[in-house]
Amino acid sequence: MSSAPGSEVGGTTTLVVRVENKAGVLARVAGLFARRGFNIESLAVAPTDDERFSRLTIVVGVDAAPMEQVVKQLDKLVNVVDIQELNPAASVERELMMVTVRADSEIRGQILDLVRIFQATVLNVGYDEIMVSLTGSPSRVDDFEDLLRPYGIVEVQRTGKVALPKLVKSTPDPLAP
Amino acid sequence: MKMNGGQALMKALENEGVDILFGLPGGAILPVYDPLIDSSIRHVLVRHEQGAGHMAEGYAHATGRPGVAMVTSGPAATNIVTPLCDAYMDSIPMVVVTGQVPYAAIGTDAFQECDTTGITMSVTKHNYLVTEAADIPQVIHDAFYIATTGRPGPVLVDIPKDIVDPNNPRSAMEWYTPDSHDLPGYLPNIAGDAELIRQAAKLICEAERPVLYTGGGILKSRGAEALLELAEMTGIHVVTTLMNRGGFPDDHPLCLGMPGMHGNYTAVTAMQEADLLIALGARFDDRVTGKVGEFAPLAKVIHVDIDSAELGKVRRPDVAIQGDCRVVTEELVKALKEMGGSDAQPDRNQWRSRISGWQERFPLTYEQSKGDELLKPQYVLEQLRDSTPDDTIVASGVGQHQMWTSQYWKFNHPYTWVNSGGLGTMGFAIPAAIGAKAGRPDRMVWAVDGDGCFQMTAQELVTAATEGFPIKVALINNAYLGMVRQWQEMFYEERYSEVYLTRDVPDYKMWAEALGCVGLKVESPEEVGPAIAQANEINDQPVVVEFRCEAEENVFPMVPAGMSNSDVVVDPSQRDRPR
Repeated sequence: MSSAPGSEVGGTTTLVVRVENKAGVLARVAGLFARRGFNIESLAVAPTDDERFSRLTIVVGVDAAPMEQVVKQLDKLVNVVDIQELNPAASVERELMMVTVRADSEIRGQILDLVRIFQATVLNVGYDEIMVSLTGSPSRVDDFEDLLRPYGIVEVQRTGKVALPKLVKSTPDPLAP
Repeated sequence: MKMNGGQALMKALENEGVDILFGLPGGAILPVYDPLIDSSIRHVLVRHEQGAGHMAEGYAHATGRPGVAMVTSGPAATNIVTPLCDAYMDSIPMVVVTGQVPYAAIGTDAFQECDTTGITMSVTKHNYLVTEAADIPQVIHDAFYIATTGRPGPVLVDIPKDIVDPNNPRSAMEWYTPDSHDLPGYLPNIAGDAELIRQAAKLICEAERPVLYTGGGILKSRGAEALLELAEMTGIHVVTTLMNRGGFPDDHPLCLGMPGMHGNYTAVTAMQEADLLIALGARFDDRVTGKVGEFAPLAKVIHVDIDSAELGKVRRPDVAIQGDCRVVTEELVKALKEMGGSDAQPDRNQWRSRISGWQERFPLTYEQSKGDELLKPQYVLEQLRDSTPDDTIVASGVGQHQMWTSQYWKFNHPYTWVNSGGLGTMGFAIPAAIGAKAGRPDRMVWAVDGDGCFQMTAQELVTAATEGFPIKVALINNAYLGMVRQWQEMFYEERYSEVYLTRDVPDYKMWAEALGCVGLKVESPEEVGPAIAQANEINDQPVVVEFRCEAEENVFPMVPAGMSNSDVVVDPSQRDRPR
């Protein structure tokens, strides 16, 4: 397990947990949070390139300090292979949102302006509603959702964020062992 | 070799070296009880599934080998949850096999169905729901590996009926002998970091008031010899927690005995005053530390544990070493030898004389009963201790009698103390003593039990009587839930709420006889010795000796819950002595 210092911002922690792709593993992981009364804010689960494993991206609304014990307990689960605590400054995060907004013919144009500005996608159009999607950093998705809200959000579904660590930019030190 | 899942289960257990199985059959596990008849494994038929679990624990405590229990689905599985949790808290290697309704019926509220793996997820080190007969050999092999390596613990294997039922085609499988484990998330590390061990050795050589704070990890890792060598080479005193009684000989001059809430004054105080705690396989439990913020305030801490989650959980260590207690202790001894061995240890005469001063002023003490008073439990335990072989195995329940046993017994051999530490499970003593006797038939086994505990699991004495386990039970009958009574006396202004059990109901002597045991009743100090001698002579039947004890005797010393260890309350007769 590697843990980056300062991986906690605004009282949330992002964990990327690689687990065996087996029945019941998600319940074991979720149980460790539930037992302590920690709410999972978002959770994304999918198999990795190696089908034996799945990757869980878990966002918990808890500071890094109380999380330390949870992370150690997670690491003890037989089905958990490794855990990374992701520092938002050192990782790339993406989230997908699908949202249906009220859009009668008078205001549809204003919504399409926002869609253009955010490079969102129109998925479906109804008589007085429009469904759009946006993929982006969680804060950009938040902004888009905030701007749509005054028009009247009918339904919104966000995936929860997925993340990978940023890549090394500098060239390796040729003298390093 | 073609066989069915039930046969494969038996063969897999045999291959893991299982010689005894504690269990009780029922619907879902029924097919496995048929190949059991042809197996080399001895089965002990318990009277309640909780008993099977505690027997498996007692067996593991006394032998170091994993205990194994097998019960059916539903209520049997829920009945064994308490022993699973007990074993999880005390890191006892145990494998429990439970029956389950047929795979296709899972989730339909079938008869005697319960979500066993769901219920036991948080009280096992790991658990399995086996869905195919072909998985049985590998799962059993993995289950024993997980239960016995790293930090030991209980593993549960839930087996649907269809994959072990010869009448069901889903049970057909081809036997194979697994020779490896595919557990990418489970790689227990044994060796400690060499540099950290050197740092620890350096701290030891600098410490003026060091204490070895030794926990269950010493016994689990078979590290008692290494601990003895470390203590003798450095001359450092040893406290043995409730989970490590016997891990260092009580008769050794360096032994300070048990620390904590009801620990010896000297053990508690030496830790409070120490400048270095060397914690080996101990977990800074609240019953040891008292108020954590005021625990051993002057001490640096070296913490060795196989489980990295223990390092820094309660107290931030100065040197944290993840590794097996025995291996790390041996390496620590080597590192200390390289630094000069005992010659490199500073002069600690002043510290030693402080320790012996505490020992002289605050020994364990009680007042012998006078006139027509009933027995003092401490007197009973002293007599029992002095009239039984040195390597007697003692099991206890939970409460006052447990604390008195730990205080007054002299544990001079590892694996002679069988007890429920972390979970504090009343009723543990009798089934655990049976399990210990099953594992060590050569040893005398005494269960020290309270009257509250006895009434929870006494039915297992039938198991002891019929299966041939001649254990002996010292029943400390004080007519109360004694520890709760003590708390109500001390902290609830003597307002006694629901703690009186009655003195004469049940009639323990008659009950013992009805359960197939010899029953004895002792009321006066003169009768104690002869009754113990009589019990010790009986080897073909369990014996229950009821010692009728004073109700108002309290356990001292005591650190009241939430208080600092510096505020330890000593026996009333010692309260005016200078600390």
